[in-house]
Amino acid sequence: MSEPRRRAATRSLMDIALPILVFLGAIGLWEAVVRLNDIQPYLLPAPSLIAQTIVKDWPLLSGSLWVTVKITFSALLLAIAGGVLLAVLFSQWKWVERSFFPFAVILQVTPIVAIAPLLLVYLDAQNAVLVCAFIVAFFPILSNTVIGLASADRSLVELFQLYRASRWRQLTLLRLPSALPYFLGGLKIGGGLALIGAIVAEIAAGSAGQGTGLAFRIAEAGYRLNIPRMFAALVLISVTGIAIFLFFSGLSQLLLGRWHDSERDHET
Amino acid sequence: MAMLARLSGVSKTFANGTLALRGLDLTIGDGEFLTLLGPSGCGKSTALRLLAGLMPPSEGTVRWQAGAAREIGFVFQDPTLMPWASVFDNVWLPLRLRNQSRKAAAKEIEQALALVGLADVAHVYPRELSGGMKMRASIARALVTHPPLLLLDEPFAALDEITRFKLNNDLLRLKTELGTTVVFVTHSVFESVYLSSRIAVFSARPGRVIAEIDIPEPLPRDESFRLSPAYAEHCRIASQALQRAMPDQAA
Repeated sequence: MSEPRRRAATRSLMDIALPILVFLGAIGLWEAVVRLNDIQPYLLPAPSLIAQTIVKDWPLLSGSLWVTVKITFSALLLAIAGGVLLAVLFSQWKWVERSFFPFAVILQVTPIVAIAPLLLVYLDAQNAVLVCAFIVAFFPILSNTVIGLASADRSLVELFQLYRASRWRQLTLLRLPSALPYFLGGLKIGGGLALIGAIVAEIAAGSAGQGTGLAFRIAEAGYRLNIPRMFAALVLISVTGIAIFLFFSGLSQLLLGRWHDSERDHET
Repeated sequence: MAMLARLSGVSKTFANGTLALRGLDLTIGDGEFLTLLGPSGCGKSTALRLLAGLMPPSEGTVRWQAGAAREIGFVFQDPTLMPWASVFDNVWLPLRLRNQSRKAAAKEIEQALALVGLADVAHVYPRELSGGMKMRASIARALVTHPPLLLLDEPFAALDEITRFKLNNDLLRLKTELGTTVVFVTHSVFESVYLSSRIAVFSARPGRVIAEIDIPEPLPRDESFRLSPAYAEHCRIASQALQRAMPDQAA
């Protein structure tokens, strides 16, 4: 290995090792503070106790995790289908965009917590949660894809006109690939928001009682003052959010790595 | 020289009210290398787009020689390659839009790439190419359909001088090899004299042709032409015409 390459390898090892060390240090500090001050678990459980609780309550928590993950991804799939379809319609007919974009904005700016109780009137708890998660994930995907479709290179559009390409060809060969980086950006935001939407809606549905997702476990454990389980559920939600983010970052790298500057190797 | 296309009495007003061209008369002769020379924003590019049929004239007509295949290759100011596609697939685009499969088009694509000296980088993505190579790929894309008319809109303006000289020579070689008619837009007097068999000098906006200069020296030309007294003389005449094109501008 040449000297500069070895140095680069060392640097990338540091890039990974450093955040992990800091993270472990923070966890260790937390553990130490709890033990040294003899803080009771119903006030602040130690990380080790939270880990034990995840293991002990796994049968219960894993079921809830699965419910939350399922709702998040169902909502996200619906948001992708709806967002992309609507964005394509917007890009093809300006009057559609002018007519329907205000509705999308209204959905976006109205806080989801305020909509959730109303949805619970019309829908059963599970579907209400699904719709809430959909609403929050939908807008970033829609608006990013709209921008992406409109941002196709002017000269390339002219080139397609020169060769008398149909609108369909222009859409599939030019506008959709141009929109891909924007769409993936929207997906990263929408993925995280779908999880938040699912959690918030379930908290709001809490008293409706039929929910069994992670948010419901948090509310339920709260009533029972089972603080370690609240933390355990919280950890699982965070891990799910991180997994979603990593998944879409990986997808973005996979699809754009060869051509788009946003996924260019950092050392070049 | 037989006429290939003619713009007669052409005016173009844009939606925002800008009058880009007024009373433009321009004939494109079959087989010539015509350069549209003029100050920035004088409507040269607009004239090129009208010729390509990318927009209709507000007044006047764009006529083509009867029976002429209205096949056009267009090279833009930027290489405008699709960044998500390899050089090969970029050059495939015009044929793909004519429903030719990648396989059926492969031979034509390879020929076009060989013509501009890019055979070795066919499967590379545009971002890995230098500015000059991107422009070559763009020219290959324009030539892949064997158009009788090639339109270039200030294609080398963003390149360094050495690369520009090299591409000038390559363009002249391609033009003579393929017998294509070329209409080239530039604001560089030196480039226009070196390349053209005829120069049409445009006035400042609204643009029209205020002078036509014939450059009789045969194509293709080489570096010795750049050093010849004839070249200097043509440049002087073209520069004077360009001065007249901007009468009321301070500098």
